[in-house]
Amino acid sequence: MTSALLDVSGVTLQYKTPRHLVTATYRVDFSVHQGDRYVILGPSGCGKSTLLKAVGGFMAPVEGSIRIRGREIDSPGPDRMMVFQEFEQLMPWKTVYQNVLFPMKVTKKFPATKATKRAEAVIEKVGLAKFRDVYPHMLSGGMKMRVAIARAMALEPDILLMDEPFAALDALTRRTMQQELLALWDQLHFTVLFVTHSIEEAIIVGSRILVLSPHPGRVRAELNADSLDHNSIGKPEFGALSKRIHDLLFGGDQKQHASEGVV
Amino acid sequence: MTEGSRQSPIRTEREVDLVDAGVIGDVERPLTFAERVVNNEAVQRLTILVAIIVIWEIYARWLNNALLFPTFTETVKTFSKDVANGVLVDRTLTSLRTLAIGYAFGLALATLLTTFAVASSIGTRILSTLTAMFNPLPAIALLPLALIWFGLGTPSLVFVIIHSVLWAVSLNTLIGFRSVPETLRMSGRNLGLKGARYVGLILIPAAFPSILAGLKIGWAFAWRTLVAAELVFGVSSRSGGIGWYIFEARNDLDTATVFSGLLAVILIGLIVESVIFRALEARTVNLWGMQR
Repeated sequence: MTSALLDVSGVTLQYKTPRHLVTATYRVDFSVHQGDRYVILGPSGCGKSTLLKAVGGFMAPVEGSIRIRGREIDSPGPDRMMVFQEFEQLMPWKTVYQNVLFPMKVTKKFPATKATKRAEAVIEKVGLAKFRDVYPHMLSGGMKMRVAIARAMALEPDILLMDEPFAALDALTRRTMQQELLALWDQLHFTVLFVTHSIEEAIIVGSRILVLSPHPGRVRAELNADSLDHNSIGKPEFGALSKRIHDLLFGGDQKQHASEGVV
Repeated sequence: MTEGSRQSPIRTEREVDLVDAGVIGDVERPLTFAERVVNNEAVQRLTILVAIIVIWEIYARWLNNALLFPTFTETVKTFSKDVANGVLVDRTLTSLRTLAIGYAFGLALATLLTTFAVASSIGTRILSTLTAMFNPLPAIALLPLALIWFGLGTPSLVFVIIHSVLWAVSLNTLIGFRSVPETLRMSGRNLGLKGARYVGLILIPAAFPSILAGLKIGWAFAWRTLVAAELVFGVSSRSGGIGWYIFEARNDLDTATVFSGLLAVILIGLIVESVIFRALEARTVNLWGMQR
């Protein structure tokens, strides 16, 4: 277990709304290794996004600890770049190129000339070279998402945190984006922690899947899904794993409620 | 309703080879020169202006009373005469100088107040209470008080201008800061941005449409307040401003000069609004797609 990049142990997360104290997750343990495509899967409201925010350093756990490379996480930092579900994460006052360059500039992780080269290269890689000098409001949702991913990857973070990044896209674009993410991973072997509420997406994208129970989120299972991708949809292994996750989440006997929150 | 009547008949499927769309020419067609001229905003605005001038001229000629309502030609004649001999230019510059000082001070104070306000929730409360109290208070109503405090002269005018700028700008900036999307804030903090860098690199550009609206309102308030203050008290010490120019002309029953003074006030308003602020908008919020 010493080789784990990210180590989450016994993490309980609570946040306050004006009226309630909500417990989002309860004593969650998992660890992510270098090069993992680690997926956190659970129904809506199981605290998976909150968990990701805690890893991002946006909130502190009330119990347990989150460590990256052995160091306790206490604040947000560019070593854990987040890609959000919403499209408005790009800065509307910067072009695609400037948006990708901005994090490298403010964090000074790379020297100026190297940063510009990296920005060019990564924009090329996500297929937006033609839109280099375009402002975000002129891009489609899928393109904005690609810029957000490019921006996060250009910085070469220790881990990429993705909060349902494809949830707001149409089904066709989502499929393309999943394929692109996997293709990029094949090239670069980055580490990604990916949150989703879609069983199918979890199996396609993930190499390892953490299944969380409905709220408060507790670990239900940790499964391997490395061999399965888009080409395995419809194959018996895919169906079997999908059914297994389904049963883990909702119990075999309550299939009527099964569709609630999970697709 | 029988079962059968609700069903549509079974239709044959079809696949069609694409029709050649080349006959309609380019999918995008550049607009003709005439179309572009008609669509041009400057042309449209100019047309409206010309229409107003024509109506003015016709009405004044029909009324034929230079004391009540001088014609446009007469006003322009007086205007160009006073511009040529330097009187109007001088008065306008005096006003603009005072305005610039007041505006600059107002903006500096507004920056200070809003920075304080975003830093803590207590600051936000203080600022919203202050703006709620002072924003509805007309700056002109403070002028008598200002005269007691600062005497007859520029400092009093600067004081009322600051009052008219400060609250409008602070209020708009604060509203702008508050409406910055949470995702954008988080992606800024994700990079480890804090304090002044966070405000400068994330909050200010993200709130820029709102800030710009505040600057525009502040400018209009300030200009209005200044002219009114000069008109009422004719203060501005040795050399009067544009308001004083209008006031003097009225005392001489020289209505054409009053009109030329008003024309100067309007012209400066138009220039600032449609040249300076328009250029700023085109280069920022319009370019960024934050405002249409």
